[in-house]
Amino acid sequence: MKKGKGMEFVGDSRITADKKKFIPKDYSEYPGKTEAFWPNFLLKEWLVGAVFLVGFLCMTVAHPAPLEKMADPTDAAYIPLPDWYFLFLYQLLKYEFASGPYNVIGAIVIPGLAFGALFLAPFLDTGSKRRPIQRPISTTLMFLGIISVIWLTWEAASHVEWETRAEENKPVLEQEVDINTEDPGYAVYEQSCISCHGENLQGGAAAPSLIGIEYDVDEIKDIAVNGINTMPADQFEGSEEELQQLAEFIVSVNEEAE
Amino acid sequence: MLQKIYDWIDERVDITPLWRDIADHEVPEHVNPAHHFSAFVYCFGGLTFFVTVIQILSGMFLTMYYVPDIENAWRSVYYLQTEVAHGQIVRGMHHWGASVVIVMLFLHTLRVFFQGAYKKPRELNWMVGVSIFFVMLALGLTGYLLPWDNKAYFATQVTLEIAEGVPYIGEMAKTLLSGDPEIVGAQTLTRFFAIHVFFLPAALFALMGAHFILIRKQGISGPL
Repeated sequence: MKKGKGMEFVGDSRITADKKKFIPKDYSEYPGKTEAFWPNFLLKEWLVGAVFLVGFLCMTVAHPAPLEKMADPTDAAYIPLPDWYFLFLYQLLKYEFASGPYNVIGAIVIPGLAFGALFLAPFLDTGSKRRPIQRPISTTLMFLGIISVIWLTWEAASHVEWETRAEENKPVLEQEVDINTEDPGYAVYEQSCISCHGENLQGGAAAPSLIGIEYDVDEIKDIAVNGINTMPADQFEGSEEELQQLAEFIVSVNEEAE
Repeated sequence: MLQKIYDWIDERVDITPLWRDIADHEVPEHVNPAHHFSAFVYCFGGLTFFVTVIQILSGMFLTMYYVPDIENAWRSVYYLQTEVAHGQIVRGMHHWGASVVIVMLFLHTLRVFFQGAYKKPRELNWMVGVSIFFVMLALGLTGYLLPWDNKAYFATQVTLEIAEGVPYIGEMAKTLLSGDPEIVGAQTLTRFFAIHVFFLPAALFALMGAHFILIRKQGISGPL
């Protein structure tokens, strides 16, 4: 039985009718010092892999994966940012020649040409020479590509205030806390605190959330009068009795939220 | 005992050639860092594969907790991150692995490029490799949305706007990806989940299979 390109097989198996077996070259016929892949070389690869894994796990433990606040499509102030390996494309789209009416150039034409050339490299660089110095055009183009990707990534990343960004977007589990607005403490809260800490104690641009804090009544009283961190002193205006009501109210909300 | 099991199977299915294809071959001197330290550049491909295995395994465990739905996606990730034993480490491995795999792929691509190893007869394998790079970038892109936090949501919105900008097929492509011509929402999340967990890994496995078969078939490129 004869099949494709003159190969002959036994029945419909993949065993060739031609008895001549493919015999690989003997070890001694290779130039230089070859090594058996199994098990000698694989053992070394295994060791390299183990070292790599330890390093990788150290990084994982030292830097937990970031998570921001739950997506809020109404948050118009949020500045979008892609993962770092897309920053160069994101940066490219910021330039005048590649955005607005020329968006197609930045989004399709330039990346398409670059990655298309990468994909078709074997057909663009058809010479038989392999050393980088012997094929200056492809080497130069590749260097230009790498340098522009690194530069674009740098341009995009250096304008981002990573720490402020991470701080502002810390995840908060939004618990549904019923805030008793009838509470006498809430009336006091409305007078002194609401402008910064918000209607539902959720915090705002100038002040943190008051839900999930770990202060007791006396500490809250002290903070309301003397301030803390960026909160100035004397924010509270009212009597000692109102101060007590306010602190007890905030603690009660926190107890409910737990 | 093991030998007997092997012989029993080998007698019926003739697995020795298969074994030979996978493991029984010589590693030439010029790629062996034990002989020439500069040959460590040949490790990047293997490390890419290693990180890909980490990604597959950690991803499999992540899906045990992750819920692809806009109400629960973020909460499930938050729960995994804060409550589940070792959840932070498994998610950390998947998160950092996504970056490391891109770095390794980049280095591997540069090694092959600057050595001119893509030249005849290895043109096909080069194109398979570049396709793996694209699939990996797409995996990063789709995986970025899944935690459903602000950064995920707004980055995806921008991505979809870019997709929309493609002439002729832009709007269709956007609708295909996000499930709606306007809204980035519940449909988008489930579609990105399906693409990230089923479609792209399927493509990745097929391409990696082709990549490895071609390497074994053609052997590694010779020294410069």
